[in-house]
Amino acid sequence: MSDVAEFSPAKGNEMERKVLVTNKRSFNWVTERVSSVCEKQTLVWWWWVSTGICGLVALLVPAMLTYLVSTGVGVWGLNHPVGWAWDITNFVFWIGIGHAGTLISAILFLTRQNWRTAVNRSAEAMTIFAVICAGIFPAFHVGRIWFAWFLAPIPNANAIWPNFKSPLLWDVFAVSTYFTVSLIFWYTGLIPDLATFRDRAIRAGNKIKSYIYGFFALGWKGGNRQWRNYEKAYLVFAGISTPLVLSVHSIVSFDFATSVIPGWHTTIFPPYFVAGAIFGGFAMVLTLLIPFRAIFKLEDIITIKHIDNMSKIIVLTGCIVGYAYLSELFIAWYGGNPYEWYAFLNNRVAFPGMTEVINFFGGIFGAEPIDHIEPAPYWWAYWLMMSCNVISPQLFWIKKFRTTPWICWIIVFFGPNVGMWYERFVIIVTSIHRDFIPGAWGHFAETWVDWTLFIGTIGLFCFLFLMFVRFMPMVTMFEVKAIMPQADAHFAKDEEIHEIEKGGSSS
Amino acid sequence: MSQTSVKEETIYGVGAQFESAKALLHAAEKVTADGYKKWDTYSPFPVHGMDDAMGLSSSKVSALSLGGGICGCLTAFIMIFYTSGIDYPLIVQGKPYFAFEPAFPIFFELTILLTAFGTLAGMLILNRMPTFYHPIFNWDLFIEKGQDDGFFVVIEAKDPLFSAEKTGKYLESLGGMNVTVIKEEA
Repeated sequence: MSDVAEFSPAKGNEMERKVLVTNKRSFNWVTERVSSVCEKQTLVWWWWVSTGICGLVALLVPAMLTYLVSTGVGVWGLNHPVGWAWDITNFVFWIGIGHAGTLISAILFLTRQNWRTAVNRSAEAMTIFAVICAGIFPAFHVGRIWFAWFLAPIPNANAIWPNFKSPLLWDVFAVSTYFTVSLIFWYTGLIPDLATFRDRAIRAGNKIKSYIYGFFALGWKGGNRQWRNYEKAYLVFAGISTPLVLSVHSIVSFDFATSVIPGWHTTIFPPYFVAGAIFGGFAMVLTLLIPFRAIFKLEDIITIKHIDNMSKIIVLTGCIVGYAYLSELFIAWYGGNPYEWYAFLNNRVAFPGMTEVINFFGGIFGAEPIDHIEPAPYWWAYWLMMSCNVISPQLFWIKKFRTTPWICWIIVFFGPNVGMWYERFVIIVTSIHRDFIPGAWGHFAETWVDWTLFIGTIGLFCFLFLMFVRFMPMVTMFEVKAIMPQADAHFAKDEEIHEIEKGGSSS
Repeated sequence: MSQTSVKEETIYGVGAQFESAKALLHAAEKVTADGYKKWDTYSPFPVHGMDDAMGLSSSKVSALSLGGGICGCLTAFIMIFYTSGIDYPLIVQGKPYFAFEPAFPIFFELTILLTAFGTLAGMLILNRMPTFYHPIFNWDLFIEKGQDDGFFVVIEAKDPLFSAEKTGKYLESLGGMNVTVIKEEA
């Protein structure tokens, strides 16, 4: 009985560690509840409706790409001087979203953050679907897509090889490695849970399901001689994914940072991009999981504590992003390069009436009035980015906002999700729309193809995610079980565990 | 124990269910101490400390990971060095034909990629996967609970200390429930 005294938390102790699966559920409850998401027939009418709508929207992607390939890249609003616009914005936006999934599955695994177990599967799925959406844009931006194989080091009739010194080629390797490794990591994590689904399908007498799940479960038995190798493999995957996720967005940022364009040519980009990616990715994880935990009644697995933790990561990364914005701005001024400062002040920051505001406050301190500064053409995008990414996450300092799911959802949806798209738009378009010679200045005007393709990728992303929640275990059952108190070999049996009858009723 | 009359050649082993992860761990410690070699514990999640309890050494998967990583790094080096340094040296922005600095990102990515391949291959090979048939799947209780909330010890007939009746009694003495003889074929 000494076990009890040792392992039951002291009552009334403020620092008591919160239980991750609430209401003292049993292992069987976890299996039943998570499986019910895929097995229950009732209450899924909304799934058909939303999957149907998202599927139709997703069809815009092949439709627009067919139109683009058959007509030319000119159907996007790209022209001189803005040769990169929505396509690359969308690419960086989607690839950034993926980063939260890998962060949860790899970095939080290495740092032993047990709460990750409830959210890692769906976050990893999100990563894969986001990278699929991301890959579409640069692939088609090459123009003549039928020559895209030139990117690979394959001997060709021109006898030349890809330029390995180019960050754009590094990007090809980084993104394809990221996709492949994420997919392998995700699939490896799925194997034991697919075995659970296989055995359930066998018991339910569903031959087709048992064959399909059985095929992908690869004959998993769950013996400790298997778990031993499995856990080691998982550890290695986490170990290699950690530097990988940091490298991918760093290399994406090299696409910009190694150029000589004012506004792009900055050494702060790699860490700044990585922090932004994690920020935007966690926002997307919350955007997806807050509705799904309510719909599928997973509140005891994905608890308020999980939402709270992810909101805190958003505050942290939001502050890092804000710091990066400000230091970038400061260095643009302090660095003394007139082109760099122009790109910031006159292309981004100067809002209408800024001269008057400065002169008003300057006048209070007796400063000379400054000359009129023309408003920047994209001032609205810059300030939208600032308010969404730097100001809105600060709301999460308030505990009520972190722990009330619907408020949290509104903040992340209209804050980081929107803001991170604008961040990439600001970086890309405002830096290049004014070339070095004023004669080569111009604005970017998006076309209906830009719009429909971007909306199409949102549809594709949602469609893939909806298919995933319906056909695969959206919570890593075996990992959630492993962090429950009764999984501990020192667990004292006296702590009662509710035995819920089969079918996983909610009380 | 009604099935003990089955001939020993067709027996895969004897299994017993244990009530918790804790009970499984303690049972495993005793089975190891009593000198059994061909046996395994089955649980719906990895039980912390089970490797020590079963006297298993560290997994060899990481050796294949390392092998994959070295192959990846060498592949990247040979690919870049041969194509840009030997086969078609091309001056780009006045930079050297081959240098480590611009080659590093691709070294890194291919190292990671092939480490992942090596790790996956290592895990599958060492676990003998995919193997879609295994005698333990003939045990109905295992199909019902094995991947859900059941904890099992299975001692194989191949074990030198095995005897269908005695091993079953032995598992019962460790606190095993539902002791069952598992047949080699369904």
